[in-house]
Amino acid sequence: MQKYSVFNLIKKAFNGHKGWEVAWKDPAPKAEYDVIIIGGGGHGLATAYYLAKEHNLNNIAIVEKGWIGGGNVGRNTTILRSNYMHDENGLFYEKGMDLWRSMSQDLNFNVMYSPRGIINLAHSDAQMNAYTRRGNSMRLNGIDAVLLGREEIKKLVPVLDFSENVRFPIFGGLMQPSGGTARHDAVAWGYARQADAMGVDIIQHCEVTGFDIVNGKIKGIQTSKGNIKTKKIGLCVAGSTSILAEMLNMNLPLETHLLQACVSEPIKPILDHVVTFGAGHFYCSQSDKGEMVMGGDLDGYNSYAQRGNLPTLQHVLTEGIAMLPFLSKLKMLRTWGGIMDMSMDGSPIIDKTHIEGLYLNCGWCYGGFKATPVSGWTFAHTIAQDRVHKLNAGFNLNRFNTGHLIDEKGLGTKTWIS
Amino acid sequence: MLHIKCPHCGLRSQNEFSYGGDGTIKRPELNKEISDQDWNNFVYNRKSPRGKHVELWQHISGCRQWIKVQRDTVTHEIFQTADVKQDIK
Repeated sequence: MQKYSVFNLIKKAFNGHKGWEVAWKDPAPKAEYDVIIIGGGGHGLATAYYLAKEHNLNNIAIVEKGWIGGGNVGRNTTILRSNYMHDENGLFYEKGMDLWRSMSQDLNFNVMYSPRGIINLAHSDAQMNAYTRRGNSMRLNGIDAVLLGREEIKKLVPVLDFSENVRFPIFGGLMQPSGGTARHDAVAWGYARQADAMGVDIIQHCEVTGFDIVNGKIKGIQTSKGNIKTKKIGLCVAGSTSILAEMLNMNLPLETHLLQACVSEPIKPILDHVVTFGAGHFYCSQSDKGEMVMGGDLDGYNSYAQRGNLPTLQHVLTEGIAMLPFLSKLKMLRTWGGIMDMSMDGSPIIDKTHIEGLYLNCGWCYGGFKATPVSGWTFAHTIAQDRVHKLNAGFNLNRFNTGHLIDEKGLGTKTWIS
Repeated sequence: MLHIKCPHCGLRSQNEFSYGGDGTIKRPELNKEISDQDWNNFVYNRKSPRGKHVELWQHISGCRQWIKVQRDTVTHEIFQTADVKQDIK
């Protein structure tokens, strides 16, 4: 594989940038693979990469119905964080933060990792107490957390609405200084390029239409490009999980819902951090191009539409203007939507299943992007070793049977209400 | 914007309604031995189909009644609405 570096860039500039290799090939499927990953999004690509890198498997395919980076990995608001209270979540996502820190070097691809800090605003004494508790839990797990008062927030983010006469005054907030953003497309491309270089076949425009299962064991898959044999399948299809589960006669604790995001026209740098509104559901950061990147609530009803409706967008942006009044002066550049695999306790599932050779990676709700590296890392371990890693042991499917839920937000089964 | 025809009030905008999830889920009968799996299916497991979906909505800013709606989860086309006690096939 051609290394990306400034020297190569200069060298290639002298001959008009001819001779750059393709970043990943476009192979036809082979008759058989050791492992097939279904879904060429961030998690699927990362899984294939770590299977090859950490577990020395070299006969792997990724089958993707659409194209690499066309799903949620290209539709999210690019936020990285590990500010969770529960041990299962905190330790898992903090491993992810470690992987984010070295990702650009690992992948030889600039993912524009930007640990600019994420601030969750608090708007009441009760919320400050809750944040104190969460911050302490985070620090016990070795995650950086800083509780900030109103004046400290004012210094960091002066553009917030600090006027007296507001419905939700800012009392303070909880900051994870190592939280931040990364360029989502680069993450997909970086993993795809490295996986391809290690021999992973990335097969795009290849829809899975059925599974070959004999005596409870995976034998292969049927696709729009023919049948492919394999003994191990990893499912990384996020919002489409329920569609494949139906083919497998599985009834999962998931509902597919739609989440919208939007960006404003680009403006000069004004917001240095990722900031979230504490009295509703709204978060905002500024991209390197200067656009305000914003998101918030789900549309609120089952949807596979990949595009949203206006009432939710209006609701979310009302919160945005309450937090950052200057947003009302901006023009909207783009809005879009992606479909989320909402699990019933708000936490993911990375586990084996009752079908031998079928491994499940789903339930990311609207927080899948930050988990991309660690999801792939733990899922690769689960597939290669045929047992869960201790970091994803809590994310088992059976927890819904036994009652060991990981209900970070205390929302119960209707996670789409938030 | 969805337009939902409330069987009691007529066609109203989605803003007046609150969503209640899958409308085909039946609570296990009382006073009977219920397996963990049945509870699991009732509380957590959902088909979440791509296509026609029977779901519950509450006309919260109208008659406040719960209703059933059959909607396409891809196109959002609404095929039928009915009182919650009626079945949608």
